[in-house]
Amino acid sequence: MTAAPVASPFRICPTTGLKVNAQAEALIKANAVAATVSLLIGGIAAVLVLLTRWQVVHLLSPEWFYRVLTVHGMSMLIFFIIFFEMAVLYFASAVLLNCRVATPRLAWASFWLMVAGAVLVEVIMWSGKADVLFTSYVPLRADPLYYLGVILFAVGALIVTGIFFGTLVVARREHTYQGSVPLVTFGAATAAIIAVITLGHGAAIYIPTFLWSLGLMNVDPEIYRMVWWGLGHSSQQINVAAMVSIWYLLGALTIGAVVLNEKISRTAFVLYVLFISMAAAHHLLVDPGLSPAWKVWNTSYAMYLAVLASMVHGFTVPAGMEAGQRLRGLSKGLFEWLRKAPWGDPGFSSLVFSVIIFGFLGGITGVTFGTEQINIIAHNTLRVPGHFHATVVGGTALAFMGITYYVIPLIFRKQVAFWPLARIQPYLFAIGMTIFSVFMTFAGTFGVPRRHWDMTFSQAPFDVQYNPAVSLVMGIMALGGLLAALGGASYIVVTVWSVFFGKSIAALSGPEIRALGSGVPAGILRPPAPLPSGEPEHRGLSRGTLVLVGVFLAAFIAYYFVNWKLLSDVWRVG
Amino acid sequence: MHTGMESPRGIWWKPAHKTEKMWVLIAFGWCMVLFAMMPLWHLKGAQNPSGIRHRVNPNDYARRTTEFIRTYKIGEDGGIPVVEPPAGSEVYLLGRMWSWQPVLKLHKGVEYTLHLSSLDVNHGFSLTPVNLNFQVVPGYDYGLRIVPTESGDFRVVCNEFCGIGHHTMVGRIIVVDDSAPPATPTPRTGGAQ
Repeated sequence: MTAAPVASPFRICPTTGLKVNAQAEALIKANAVAATVSLLIGGIAAVLVLLTRWQVVHLLSPEWFYRVLTVHGMSMLIFFIIFFEMAVLYFASAVLLNCRVATPRLAWASFWLMVAGAVLVEVIMWSGKADVLFTSYVPLRADPLYYLGVILFAVGALIVTGIFFGTLVVARREHTYQGSVPLVTFGAATAAIIAVITLGHGAAIYIPTFLWSLGLMNVDPEIYRMVWWGLGHSSQQINVAAMVSIWYLLGALTIGAVVLNEKISRTAFVLYVLFISMAAAHHLLVDPGLSPAWKVWNTSYAMYLAVLASMVHGFTVPAGMEAGQRLRGLSKGLFEWLRKAPWGDPGFSSLVFSVIIFGFLGGITGVTFGTEQINIIAHNTLRVPGHFHATVVGGTALAFMGITYYVIPLIFRKQVAFWPLARIQPYLFAIGMTIFSVFMTFAGTFGVPRRHWDMTFSQAPFDVQYNPAVSLVMGIMALGGLLAALGGASYIVVTVWSVFFGKSIAALSGPEIRALGSGVPAGILRPPAPLPSGEPEHRGLSRGTLVLVGVFLAAFIAYYFVNWKLLSDVWRVG
Repeated sequence: MHTGMESPRGIWWKPAHKTEKMWVLIAFGWCMVLFAMMPLWHLKGAQNPSGIRHRVNPNDYARRTTEFIRTYKIGEDGGIPVVEPPAGSEVYLLGRMWSWQPVLKLHKGVEYTLHLSSLDVNHGFSLTPVNLNFQVVPGYDYGLRIVPTESGDFRVVCNEFCGIGHHTMVGRIIVVDDSAPPATPTPRTGGAQ
């Protein structure tokens, strides 16, 4: 490898055989580092928020609670996730297609623009000039520089999506791949399209709001809510498309999961593009500004076609894993393919937990609470953050963590430090997040509000009594949250140490890397065996998965109708 | 077969296998059930967030609330007026940083049109411990036809962040049962009765 001519911007990856462009690699590294810094800030904020909502500790003053909650939302949902997604876009285009980045200088300019925007927003938030929470509902007013920072960050991200599409064109023109783009790239492309839609909404709301904060125009509070959620919810749909792409990628890297049917998987991704942006309605179901017909149509993504897409991926991802395992000989019974999977590979365990938490906890609760009428018993209670911590944290963030264990050796070309810790990290995080979101949702079922400093209402004119179970439920939630925080901290320690002080494997050949034995995930140490060419017999290839999705559907139906029952017990309202 | 990292060779638009087709069909069927439930509940269910929706000037809304309080006031509770509106009437509840005005005294099993709006920023109407939640948006009047189906002493917690005093914003709704013997509930704070 060292003999490669200096002028060549490519190296050949000794593990995957992919041609890796030097600029793409550097951009992936920079965005991954920025994402991890954001995760650290957001994670510290998370613990402070948690220790305040846990009434036994009640750590922060109200000022600092709402301030740190604002920081937590922005750092995690915007900065961490979008920086990471920028890295995913460079990987899925330049690396997977063996090509160069379309406009590397513009790519670096937009990276620094995003950093500048993020730093500006952080400074304004920490200095107490934007205590408006993540949603910054007008007419709550933040410093104009806060909105400006968000705009700079969004413009940078928008340019990166443009560079992604440009890179796809470059790869096509320069014939760096044959046939169609891989499914992972296709999925990332849908994420990028959704990003354009999302960031369009962002521009449509943050620019007027910036002008409003300067006193130059008016912004209607209800229209703000509608357009802002075109950004706020749709950005979570970028996460869904990016996460599902990473599911396919991790399945391929860890156990050689196959794509059962390209048509089905790609059509499901297209359904995301077509329908998922309608989900802004999920936040407006008990709002005064919109008609029932608008609510029903939009909240259901036009008759649940985006939910259909997720249910399809929820089948094809595990079914592809199962088929890959069965074709390699792990074919006994229903679940040998799962039992004999590399559970010690943090990439694999992250993948499995991400699918389960996203589907069972995040998906079922999300669709249920997003039902027009059921939202009456869910809106702005802890059920809502309970739901989205399962989707965004247990689902997306965990998938991102899983892929990091492959990014470190393959892109940073470092051994993963503290390997035993890395191996259990997904378990800590997944178990912690599961307890946290289940009990948070449960507390919300009793009506406990989200975004609230004092559940004892000590300074309120009237006392408020929740069900006596609530304090116990929230205590368990806090312990789950602390466990998840421990998992998150482990992730940061492992990644930061590996990247900055880890042992370089850049000079090693493929066999030498495979001989390392530790510090490298199993998918690299023992790459999945190549599959026999030709079309195999499909019969029974996914029968284990069929059982699993059957269990999923039963849980879904049960939770959904239990909530209709709960709704039917409250006051009549219409 | 190939993985999701590899370019599929040749034509990949092929019919799906039976198992996949079956799951897509089941999932689609379930999606239709999910969709049908909402219109169905509008027809048959007793809890819908439809309401009467209008834009309103916050000052006009404040005037209506003041007029409403003046007409039906029966007392005070910790400085907040207590109002007992007649059956079927228009009831006004006003959210502002950081209080709900007035305290309402309602009757079980009677329908009212409960209007919600805000004078300043977004607030959240969260009836506790019933767990009934609605968004309160300045400039919009949300008129919900409600029927209290249980008697008791309820709280209105604000569940939309509305500034530094958000967690102190609590209102009160008392529901009395006319059919039950008049056992006066002991007020937890102040004296509404």
